[in-house]
Amino acid sequence: MSDTTIQLEVFRYRPDNGGPTFQSYEVPYHDDWVVLDALNYVKNYIDGSLSFRWSCRMGVCGSCGMQVNGEPALTCAAFVRDHMPGPIRVEPLVNFPVERDLVVDINGFMEKLDHVKPYLVRDDEADDLSAEYLQTPTQLDRYKQFSMCINCMLCYAACPVIGRVDEFIGPAALALAQRYNLDSRDQGKNMRQDVIFQNEGIWECTFVGECSEVCPKHVDPAGAIQQAKLEGAVDYYKRLLTPWARRS
Amino acid sequence: MNESQHDVLIIGAGGAGLRAAMAVVEANPDLSIGLVSKVYPMRSHTVAAEGGMAAVIKDNDAREHHIYDTISGSDWLADQDAVEMFVDEAPRELIQLEHWGCPWSREDSGHVAVRPFGGMQIERTWYAADKTGFHVLHALFQTSLQFSQITRYDEYFATSLITADGRCQGCVALELRTGELHVLRANAVIICTGGFGRIFPFTTNGSIKTGDGLALAYRAGVALKDMEFVQYHPTGLPGTGILITEASRGEGGILLNNEGRRYLQDYDLGEPLDVHDPRHPQNRAMELGPRDRLSQAFMHEQAAGRTFDGEYGDYVQLDVRHLGEERIDSRIPFVRELASNYAGIDPVVEPIPVRPVVHYTMGGIDTDVHGATTLPGLYAAGECACVSINGANRLGSNSLTELVVFGARAGRHAATAVAGQPLSDGPEIDRQVAAERDRIAELRARPAGGERIAVIRDDLNTAMEAGAGIFRDEASLSACCATLRELEERVARISLDDTSPVYNTELISALEIDGMVDISRALAHAALDRTESRGSHQRTDYAARDDANYLKHSMAYRTDGDPRIDYKDVVITRWPPADRVYGSSAGKDGK
Repeated sequence: MSDTTIQLEVFRYRPDNGGPTFQSYEVPYHDDWVVLDALNYVKNYIDGSLSFRWSCRMGVCGSCGMQVNGEPALTCAAFVRDHMPGPIRVEPLVNFPVERDLVVDINGFMEKLDHVKPYLVRDDEADDLSAEYLQTPTQLDRYKQFSMCINCMLCYAACPVIGRVDEFIGPAALALAQRYNLDSRDQGKNMRQDVIFQNEGIWECTFVGECSEVCPKHVDPAGAIQQAKLEGAVDYYKRLLTPWARRS
Repeated sequence: MNESQHDVLIIGAGGAGLRAAMAVVEANPDLSIGLVSKVYPMRSHTVAAEGGMAAVIKDNDAREHHIYDTISGSDWLADQDAVEMFVDEAPRELIQLEHWGCPWSREDSGHVAVRPFGGMQIERTWYAADKTGFHVLHALFQTSLQFSQITRYDEYFATSLITADGRCQGCVALELRTGELHVLRANAVIICTGGFGRIFPFTTNGSIKTGDGLALAYRAGVALKDMEFVQYHPTGLPGTGILITEASRGEGGILLNNEGRRYLQDYDLGEPLDVHDPRHPQNRAMELGPRDRLSQAFMHEQAAGRTFDGEYGDYVQLDVRHLGEERIDSRIPFVRELASNYAGIDPVVEPIPVRPVVHYTMGGIDTDVHGATTLPGLYAAGECACVSINGANRLGSNSLTELVVFGARAGRHAATAVAGQPLSDGPEIDRQVAAERDRIAELRARPAGGERIAVIRDDLNTAMEAGAGIFRDEASLSACCATLRELEERVARISLDDTSPVYNTELISALEIDGMVDISRALAHAALDRTESRGSHQRTDYAARDDANYLKHSMAYRTDGDPRIDYKDVVITRWPPADRVYGSSAGKDGK
């Protein structure tokens, strides 16, 4: 315990009650507090009307992404001490509509995940559950990194294309598509490529790599997009131009 | 009021809920499923499970071994018919997850790899590095997206069940985004809302684990079973309570007291082998003993002054340095990430400070082996349910398996049970919906200046830890029961700061704490009445296990006053109660 405090400047917005504003809160400073701890202090003991999402507070559920001093961050992994002496400005993730305070509307994101068909597609007639599909550690390593995405959406907040092209499927969903495309057990790549390459934004992605830099799980969506473009585009256009080869 | 109708309604969209939903589709693709969750499915706390998932798959293993480990681990409080089904169906369910894309860690041959885990005589824990729950949850959720039969109600909080003509027929749910109440009707409801570790102050559980589903069932007249059994995981980070997986010990990590001694050897858990001995770690011994025994050993070390003194209480050390950086990074990378981020410790070069932390609640909604409760149409599966396969102490890596085995069972049974049942209509339903609307309106309309949610939550946490922690006695539990009675009155005086209908998380917290106090009372009274020690329930005033009187499940029923505690016999099939033997002398299957 110490007597030091730090000031939070928190974005407030109630759709039923006027426009957005910033509200300041003075909270105790603790060396090992994360920004989420400070927000919870506000909610618990100062102002219960502050709304934000959180759950696991260990960087794996993906709910607590916000802008911390202008940068997208998981507030459960952003330490207050790194922002001393403050103030710390906390805002909702950019590039998403705001529902209330620090809560953004993620339905668009959820639809994008759905669009890339993020599941194993198999040609088998029936699922034979007597044995596992074999997959060597080397085959696992091909897609493992892209399977680590926690859907925290920091990459969408960092993405310069999303800011301009709303319908861009975006870094996390493209990395997820690539996760399944690279999985030796999957046979649905063609189906996914259609979705990916018909989507506008992918051609606008300039590989600035902001998405990979901000990713708390080192998924490297920029790398996934680059791979997908290189491997996929040739393949996709070949199929488009030679429709008789489509089923192969 | 908004009204929707489905054949099966599932409340909770973590591992059990998602598995149940897909089991309904498998059983009958013509059925419509409503999947209600207070968070987006991939936020569910299944995501935080780390170490792995048990199922017999290797040639050196056998069903009898997994059954025996589970039953002895439960201190004979598990129902043995349920354990047998669980063990028999586990391999198929885990292969199903594999076919749904779970990125299991592999052997060079391409077959899934297994690792040792606490209380298991043979290594049988499937794992995806040390993010097993994360991968399982995402595989289930992503796979579920292809089924149009599933309608999701993301960020809807179920506030009460609807019952009519003796059957459960849906629920009332609050949509967070709008603040509107919805009536969701169905012929069967499956509760899959997880455990309730958040009634304790120091827990690995995320903020969402408030036991909402238990409160729903309890208030609908269903018993809560074996509530007094709460699992403390022996290795949480002090302060945050973040879990350091048992897989760190399965891979060879050791526990040390402040004298540098592997103190578990002093607690009837076997003799330590050198960490470089190829036989280390030994199954069912030392660091791979069961969680209840390891957490209790910590308490004894603490009392003897052999723990380290830290800012967030006493701790011991978990040392994995001898594994080397490469193995740490390939097998337990998340441990390194968490220890570095939250304890400022790199486990490659320093031991990790750890202490026991509330992790899992063995008790829950009383169900049979199909997940069915005594209320027709109402089912439960996963941590919120108590079948029971876990008895007085769950073994590590059995809980994720339980989610899919019993999630699938509940889904299948619900799918077949709903056929051709018309939903009731009329004044009784209207009355229940109106009562729920009034309850929430009254809560929102209370004048400012009442009780504060966080203060009540703090007081609840303090009372539970002081009264119903690792060691309990009559005095501590009686005091806890009395405090809980007061808290129940104080909950009724909560007032909210937040007046907005939109995304009012304070309102959700108020509804949660209301249920938390209710189910905590069931826990405290069941613990007070069980005058024996068994598994995780350790009474200092009744130190021995008492099979003559308590080879029974406690059944807590809600009344207007204190909970009524009843008992139900444990099902014993082939494994009569015996001593729990751990350590190098422990024979297989108790022989």
